[in-house]
Amino acid sequence: MQIFYTDVLCIGAGLAGERVAVEAAMAGFETICLSIVPPRRSHSSAAQGGMQAALGNAIMGDGDSPDIHFQDTVKGSDWGADQEVARIFADTAPIVMREVAHWGVPWNRVVAGTHTYYKGGKPFEAEEKKEKHGLIHARAFGGTAKWRTCYTADGTGRSVLNTLDSKCLQYGVTIHDRTQAEILIHDGENCLGCIARCMRTGELRAYFATATLIATGGYGRCYSATTNAVICDGGGQICALDTGLVPMGNMEAVQFHPTGTVPTDILVTEGCRGDGGTLLDVNEHRFMPDYEPEKAELASRDVVSRRMTEHMRKGLGVKSPYGDHLWLDIRHLGVKHITTKLREVYDICTNFLGVNPIDQLIPVRPTQHYSMGGVRTNRDGAAYGLKGLYAAGEAACWDMHGFNRLGGNSLAETVVAGRYIGKQIVKYLKGASVNFTSAALRDAETKLNERIEDIVSGRKGGENALELRAEMRETMMENVFIFRNGKDLQKAVDTLEELHDRANRIALQSNIPGFNPEMSTALRLQGMIKLCQCTAYGALQRTESRGAHTREDFPERNDKDWLNRTLAYWKEGSNMPTLKYEDASPYYELPPGERGYGGGKIIPNELPKKKFEVPKESLENLKEAKSKG
Amino acid sequence: MNRKLHLKVFRYNPDDPKSQPRMESFHITEYDSMTLFIALTQIRDEMDPTLKVDFCCRAGICGSCGMVINGRPGLACHTQTKDLPNEITLHPLPVFKLLGDLSVDTGTWFRGVGTKIESWVHSNDAAFDPADEEMRMENEVAEQIFELDRCIECGCCIAACGTARMREDFLGAASINRIARFYIDPRDQRSEDDYYDVIGNDQGVFGCMGLLGCEDVCPKHIPLQDQLGIMRRMLTLNSVKGILPKAVINALKHKGCCHEKH
Ligand SMILES: Cc1cc2nc3c(=O)[nH]c(=O)nc-3n(C[C@H](O)[C@H](O)[C@H](O)COP(=O)(O)OP(=O)(O)OC[C@H]3O[C@@H](n4cnc5c(N)ncnc54)[C@H](O)[C@@H]3O)c2cc1C
Ligand code: SF4
Ligand code: SF4
Ligand code: FES
Repeated sequence: MQIFYTDVLCIGAGLAGERVAVEAAMAGFETICLSIVPPRRSHSSAAQGGMQAALGNAIMGDGDSPDIHFQDTVKGSDWGADQEVARIFADTAPIVMREVAHWGVPWNRVVAGTHTYYKGGKPFEAEEKKEKHGLIHARAFGGTAKWRTCYTADGTGRSVLNTLDSKCLQYGVTIHDRTQAEILIHDGENCLGCIARCMRTGELRAYFATATLIATGGYGRCYSATTNAVICDGGGQICALDTGLVPMGNMEAVQFHPTGTVPTDILVTEGCRGDGGTLLDVNEHRFMPDYEPEKAELASRDVVSRRMTEHMRKGLGVKSPYGDHLWLDIRHLGVKHITTKLREVYDICTNFLGVNPIDQLIPVRPTQHYSMGGVRTNRDGAAYGLKGLYAAGEAACWDMHGFNRLGGNSLAETVVAGRYIGKQIVKYLKGASVNFTSAALRDAETKLNERIEDIVSGRKGGENALELRAEMRETMMENVFIFRNGKDLQKAVDTLEELHDRANRIALQSNIPGFNPEMSTALRLQGMIKLCQCTAYGALQRTESRGAHTREDFPERNDKDWLNRTLAYWKEGSNMPTLKYEDASPYYELPPGERGYGGGKIIPNELPKKKFEVPKESLENLKEAKSKG
Repeated sequence: MNRKLHLKVFRYNPDDPKSQPRMESFHITEYDSMTLFIALTQIRDEMDPTLKVDFCCRAGICGSCGMVINGRPGLACHTQTKDLPNEITLHPLPVFKLLGDLSVDTGTWFRGVGTKIESWVHSNDAAFDPADEEMRMENEVAEQIFELDRCIECGCCIAACGTARMREDFLGAASINRIARFYIDPRDQRSEDDYYDVIGNDQGVFGCMGLLGCEDVCPKHIPLQDQLGIMRRMLTLNSVKGILPKAVINALKHKGCCHEKH
């Protein structure tokens, strides 16, 4: 087996992975990024909308500040967020947006003078200030008090990723694409790197690293309907969970978007409904007002998704070879509106669905979209349980999103966390010396080889990985989706446990020399089932509704019992996760209260007074984060 | 009645000494709004799990799934079967190294040219001050840069290019477009001489035969020909710098050029 040695190993080369890599490389450390696909193909490239940072240049963002951004973020999280982290995030986001501008991101800029903008489908005029001409502009996004979302046309993810990838090239970051991490190397205390599989040849390779970062994005492919790329299968989270030492945080917090298209689950923007689009059922009846007489289609994301699912469960969905769906109707908005204001939607419909939204209905259904949960880290991005292991981006539970992340906040998180955590890693490297023991490598290698042998030889049984995967995805869709209840969740927990056992007995259908794509699925599947088990079991235990986690049988947000974060551990040899809990936040700069939208009852908690004080140490850390160092 | 589709797929496993390049047939039933992504995924999930083919975003934005579809380079996820006859022939993209079946190594190729053309903004990183406001830029310039930055490195333009097939070292339309992106970026401090060193030769703009194959197949509709033209004019003017009077050059420079900076 080929062995590589490096200072920093970034597993994942999306925005988060590459931003950390740039930070380490700029500080002079040798850095290797692993990625399943060439970095620029990472899922981050698909994000169009933009990233939040309180620059306050646009007239509609006038008076914005990191304080307001912080408040929006904490409210959005339904007070599930770590407030120290949300504060670091909000305060450094403007700096990071300017920094990537310095590096080459072509942000859209303020143009002084009068412009026509739209709000709720209605045009209005506003005058951009002369003294802001040429500074970074911002657009509107859901859940924010001000226009705060920096953007580059409709390709924000693409342009920022291009810039960071260029930076990696400039600073000599080594990229190993088509390389998939399979298992972490560790000695029980320190993380020492990973073993990965080359997707060109199928060979295994070892990477020894002083600091290892997991930045592998979300795990949307655990659901059958997701807006995520086909490679978003939680590979990094699985590696961490498999150590038995590193917990996942808040895995039950999964975000669903009402309008994923059918069949390919590509997202069409909320703007369709914002501008007056309606949802219809199989009889072309507009059903949302029956459930939500006041807000109808414009209720919050989770509410609309819930109602749609309820309606389809009554048998009123449209049957299709790809499963049931509903219709989104924007025909009444007219040719002009659709081809200008909703051009992206028009393109997606015509290119991918073969539907012309000007005179045809768009097939949509609620779709998995974002994982708030992931590898639990502390404020500095260091994973719990193993020294030298870090996580950032969607793969992590750094936890500024709590139980619901706001649009535009995740893309911003990748680069803001990437910069901040990158600096913490550099600090760590300066004082670290590790012992790359061959015993630790042998342990990991033996485990992985055994797993591969089992699958190749079929010595434990003849289960088909693709069939198990389909059953897992169906179970998640049916029982751990938008709205949840004890009975369904219990069913999911039981089914998943069974699938977990069956996954021990997977065998390849065909063994070919070199790289075998079937092998990737087979190797990953039990881990994916484990992530699902953490999600389902965490959701079953959490008897309250908070953010995207909605329990029909426990509709209140219960701060008295559940103002906390779920930690899911996986003990070796076990077939179920072990759950522990910790406080949602070390302190509450913003005391728990109403979100100001979404309604719902709150069962309050009496917190001790000192929980509302910001410790001096946190203030000092924040100051340092904003400085040049 | 749903059509029966006959997909003829190129198969070859370079890791298997016994494998011979061949075409293999798969028959599937067409559904409404089926794309080649759906068709190929179905083949892989239900008929042959060893089929090597690259998909990632399945939404036409990541550039993974370039392949030759009935003789023409394009994105498989972006192609609906209803726009094709019921016999569909799929080959891997030429020029790039074949990894197996329909999968080729575009990543290594693009990284290689990226290094060659030093594909990053050449400026002073140490000058960044977190307390300072950002450098101002005209929105129009930002939009022009992004227009070229939209390239998804799918490789279709390279695969369609006669020069690229003949010359292994040809940089290709996508890379010349990338250079143009830096050339119009006011943050990039490279001189025209620097650019000349990179693309003022047969590997660069002078190797191009101007047959437009690249622009025709670009799924992102990037104006590749304009960029080639602009770069060629910039280089030509640069090479006669000492000969023509400055005023003439300056006047010529802006003609057809999409920016005012250089
Ligand atoms: C359609 C869509 C639109 C979105 N739009 C927005 C938006 O407008 N604004 C916003 O804020 N957010 C948006 N999001 C969310 C946001 O895009 C993501 O959360 C973010 O890009 C995640 O970045 P990341 O760096 O964490 O991971 P990714 O970009 O997903 O990168 C993951 C990396 O890990 C690699 N990898 C994965 N597994 C392994 C493994 N086992 N071994 C080695 N490498 C591995 C991959 O190859 C990849 O390089 C959107 C999401 C979707 C799905
Ligand atoms: S115009 Fe030039 S770059 Fe484009 S295909 Fe023809 S030879 Fe290649
Ligand atoms: S220029 Fe167009 S065809 Fe060429 S790689 Fe970029 S997106 Fe693909
Ligand atoms: S899979 Fe991303 S472009 Fe086709």
